[in-house]
Amino acid sequence: MPKDHGIGAPSKRREDVRFLTGQGRYTDDINLHGQAHAVFVRSQVAHGRLNGVDTAAAAAMPGVIRVFTGADFEGVGGLPCGWQVTDRHGQPMQEPGHPVLAQGKVRHVGDPIAVVVAETLEQARDAAEAVEVDIEELEPVLDMKAALAEGAPKVHDDLTGNLCYDWGFVEENREAVNAAFQKAAHVTTLELVNQRLVPNAMEPRVAVGDYAPATGDSTLYTTSQNPHVIRLLMGAFVLGIPEHKLRVVAPDVGGGFGSKIFHYAEEAFCTFAAKQLRRPVKWTCTRSESFITDAHGRDHVTKIELALDAEGHFQALRTETYANMGAYLSTFAPSVPTWLHGTLMAGNYKTPLIYVNVKAVFTNTVPVDAYRGAGRPEATFQLERVIDKAAREMGMDPVDIRRKNFITEFPYATPVAVEYDTGDYHATMDKLAEIADLAGFEKRLADSKARGKLRGLGINSYIEACGIAPSHLVGQLGARAGLYESATVRVNATGGLVVMTGSHSHGQGHETSFAQVVADMIGIDENMVEIVHGDTANTPMGMGTYGSRSLAVGGSAMVRATEKIIAKAKKIAAHLMEAAPEDIELKDGAFTVAGTDKSVAWGDVTLAAYVPHNYPLEEIEPGLEETAFYDPNNFTYPAGAYSCEVEVDPDTGKVEICSFAAADDFGNIVNPMIVDGQVHGGLAQGIGQALLEGAAYDEYGQLLSGSYMDYAMPRAGDMPSFTVDHSCQTPCTHNPLGVKGCGEAGAIGSPPAVVNAVVDALQRSGHTNVTHIDMPLTPARVWAAMQG
Amino acid sequence: MYAFDFDRPATLDAALAALQDEDAQALGGGQTLIPTLKQRLAQPSKLVSLTAIPELSGVRADDGALTIGAATTHAAVAEQAAGSYPALACLAAQIGDPAVRNRGTIGGSLANNDPSACYPAAALASGATIVTNARQIAADDYFQGMFATALDEGEIITEVRFPLPEKAAYMKFEQPASRFALVGVFVAKYPDGVRVAVTGASEEGVFRWTEAEAALSADFSPEAIAGLSVPSDDMIGDLHGTPDYRAHLVGVMTARAVRDAV
Amino acid sequence: MTKVSMTVNGRPVSGEVEGRTLLVQFLREGLGLTGTHVGCDTSQCGACVVHVDGRAVKSCTMFAQEAEGAEVVTIEGMANADGSLSVIQQAFQDHHGLQCGFCTPGMVMSAAALLADNPHPSEAEIRAYLEGNICRCTGYHNIVKAIMAASGQDVSAIAAE
Repeated sequence: MPKDHGIGAPSKRREDVRFLTGQGRYTDDINLHGQAHAVFVRSQVAHGRLNGVDTAAAAAMPGVIRVFTGADFEGVGGLPCGWQVTDRHGQPMQEPGHPVLAQGKVRHVGDPIAVVVAETLEQARDAAEAVEVDIEELEPVLDMKAALAEGAPKVHDDLTGNLCYDWGFVEENREAVNAAFQKAAHVTTLELVNQRLVPNAMEPRVAVGDYAPATGDSTLYTTSQNPHVIRLLMGAFVLGIPEHKLRVVAPDVGGGFGSKIFHYAEEAFCTFAAKQLRRPVKWTCTRSESFITDAHGRDHVTKIELALDAEGHFQALRTETYANMGAYLSTFAPSVPTWLHGTLMAGNYKTPLIYVNVKAVFTNTVPVDAYRGAGRPEATFQLERVIDKAAREMGMDPVDIRRKNFITEFPYATPVAVEYDTGDYHATMDKLAEIADLAGFEKRLADSKARGKLRGLGINSYIEACGIAPSHLVGQLGARAGLYESATVRVNATGGLVVMTGSHSHGQGHETSFAQVVADMIGIDENMVEIVHGDTANTPMGMGTYGSRSLAVGGSAMVRATEKIIAKAKKIAAHLMEAAPEDIELKDGAFTVAGTDKSVAWGDVTLAAYVPHNYPLEEIEPGLEETAFYDPNNFTYPAGAYSCEVEVDPDTGKVEICSFAAADDFGNIVNPMIVDGQVHGGLAQGIGQALLEGAAYDEYGQLLSGSYMDYAMPRAGDMPSFTVDHSCQTPCTHNPLGVKGCGEAGAIGSPPAVVNAVVDALQRSGHTNVTHIDMPLTPARVWAAMQG
Repeated sequence: MYAFDFDRPATLDAALAALQDEDAQALGGGQTLIPTLKQRLAQPSKLVSLTAIPELSGVRADDGALTIGAATTHAAVAEQAAGSYPALACLAAQIGDPAVRNRGTIGGSLANNDPSACYPAAALASGATIVTNARQIAADDYFQGMFATALDEGEIITEVRFPLPEKAAYMKFEQPASRFALVGVFVAKYPDGVRVAVTGASEEGVFRWTEAEAALSADFSPEAIAGLSVPSDDMIGDLHGTPDYRAHLVGVMTARAVRDAV
Repeated sequence: MTKVSMTVNGRPVSGEVEGRTLLVQFLREGLGLTGTHVGCDTSQCGACVVHVDGRAVKSCTMFAQEAEGAEVVTIEGMANADGSLSVIQQAFQDHHGLQCGFCTPGMVMSAAALLADNPHPSEAEIRAYLEGNICRCTGYHNIVKAIMAASGQDVSAIAAE
């Protein structure tokens, strides 16, 4: 029987009512009195020397208040990078400046050069066209390997070249790995591309800056996944505003998927300009603009090699990856191809020796940073593809070869620096076989064949590291931030609670699931708990929501704060019942004295806390409000097994997903309905990557896929109904809820399943030369592969 | 968008008068023109909406032909042509998405002549007559390459007359992002022969595949065109398909249209 | 500037607009009805879908002056008269057919238009009808399920959880 409330119940989402009735409050819905509108003038070339900006004509246009250029930002800080990677030789990465508005050079199409602020949006747009920009075009560097060639044009003149870093992991294992390859019975090699993606949260970014001359306080309303991080980065590193004079509000946010983690130039600009102009300044991104300004994702080119013994046991793994940073280092960009990628190369397997080499490269393209999964999809894709290829080469079943190599004993220390606390990979594979009816594949294959379609089956495992992250560890790895999370639990006199969390919900349903946890701990109705997030003015300093960390880290902070509340409430209850605190029990919202029939209700205790007439004032303070900061001591390791069945149209190459099944182990589950939804969404993004999506530049650095006319977003008709299961549960051993995180799993685990399935379909139909097709597997690419 | 005046006349005469202004432009459903204006790729002085003119809307079948008013929406064609010209109704039902079909018009589509639009294939394969305020233009004369037509400045399409075929079908292979035709083939069988028109594929816009027409006129079966192919020289090559792929799809979609013709 | 008048959610409204003012701008900025969203500029995402004279249209691809005299319904006009969620809205909540909520108004408006035309659509018909509504969060699974449920159909046919 599923629970009907509290932890484990599929509670309906309370946030839905406002979204379903048009009452959500997104940043673009905010219009402040006296607000002016900002429109950015952006580079239309990929690489050029900026010789001058003439704003005179624009400044004279109707409604124009002021035109800003890079000159206005001299003395203002640049956009900071939050992670410093150390290279193979112990040297820090090359870290270029990242001005708010271009200084001296433009480095990608979309690089901001000037901003027109006008009374109306249309006036600002009209005037933006009148800004005259003098750019001397330079040859762009777009291909990563070409960017590293001798004599390649430099994206940043003051750096030694276009190499950001050459990272080796684990460098000490390099020779041992090479030696293992020398004596391997079989080596499988695969070269592949994990293509550049555009995140495309449906809400484009928006920033509204405001300034109060009377107090000197600045406020920024922005589409962010982490308002506190923006406040710290923008205040301390860009604009020089101390936190107590700067408030950042991220109200309802229409999806993020990583792209709204980062601190962007437009946020700093609107905050800066509002202070300069003494009036609110609003910027709303158009979708076309978002394609050339939102940080992109993925963009890895990889060669992976797997060494096996004659029985198919993995002996060693070696990879070489080129990772595109784009023109600048976005906030967390350096961490993605390194610590979020290299540490996952063991996958679910006991490969004893692993060496990962990553060369991060600057190019004249939009900066690349974390996008749903961030590094872990790239790791999973290459690993699960090369295993499939190895199985085929060695004549082994793709499930058998995986099972043969599964890690089965926990905790397990991988050769790539992480320790899996718990898991059961055979169990999720067993569950997958059941829910996907793998035994019935042959019959479905025959049915497809009868209809002239080529059917294929793709299977893979995945593991990811979530619950980011132990601060002491990431500090050693180069993070310039801690990655704890915070919560303040405020109990009101009449018993209701407000939980102020440093996490941020932009679709994840925290307002519902977080309330379930607290209500469950106390034994009260969920509706007595309100979750507040998204405003630095009324939440404790927290690091926000990404990396499937909210429940594992933010939820744990909330549990710790609630435990403090309960401990104090027990003391008050003990006083009221004239008993010892250690004898007090809390159950179903009532305090009892063990072994007696004495009882006081939750509300009696909370009232006593605020009306302390009968209260142990000499022992404890009145009031009932507690804060906790939780810093995890390990990552969490969700894992699972996925399968995909496809049909390929032999005449056109079009791939149809017939079925997709996901068996996940997320540890304990708070709200199974929300977990299902998170998996569905991740699957759609992963299937989208596999079949549809891809950002492409032409030779001049123009983004060819710069709108929904050319960037193929997954539609309802592209997706199957999903079969998902999360009944395999090995609870996380190191956080109080035993939860692991579910937000990215679908996007991590699904691309290899789809590609494995398509390759399988082609192999089964006689196209035995097709061992790999690079994503997206468009009809044109699949058809071309079939032509040989 | 640049600023412009907006006029929404109730009669054709008033519309023609309004279009006399320099740089005035007619507005059908706007489903292509408005996005173009948003990108500031067009700068009309005035837009003259044709959607409030009753005489420009409607579908009627008579004398072996189906006549569609220029301001008739794709949704209306999908509903109202289903009985008389099912292949055309089926084509209209595949344009864009439901909300686009509720605004987009046949006249707007034909006047724009996007190389990936669906309607040009139907008009050309049906040997339709494009009727304007000034004259009647045979489809074979009307389409003059990508975004180019025989329309003069200020000339408005008022209706389109489709001779009803014995059998016809439209087969669309969608470009995965825009959902326009990567390749769309309309095949129509008339007593005096078969016409095959291809959209989406060619740099020259919609074209007739005469070799297939001859083969299908002799034998209206998918097998009749089995050995035929269009040259890939003039085919579009882009992110979504090479010229070779498009040329290949022309054959596949033509065969499927013949198979499914009703 | 030109005056336009129309009925929005049953209420007669009017306002001054430019030729280039889109219906969505008139709704959001002129009337403060911010439930209708703008998610793209190429008429594809569908976050802006409203009903004009009973038909679903993209309000970002229609000028305000083209709605002169029309009956317009937005997401703010979809709840029951007593303020409770309509059958479709309730089904979206019951089946978790929304996450971030940004595409949701357009999804609900399209779903309502679909069910008005086709009261018992199949799963394939629902997926086809939603071609012009992009959601980045849900993978569409639960949206399809919600629309099936709102039409009174058995949703167990949608693959099991």
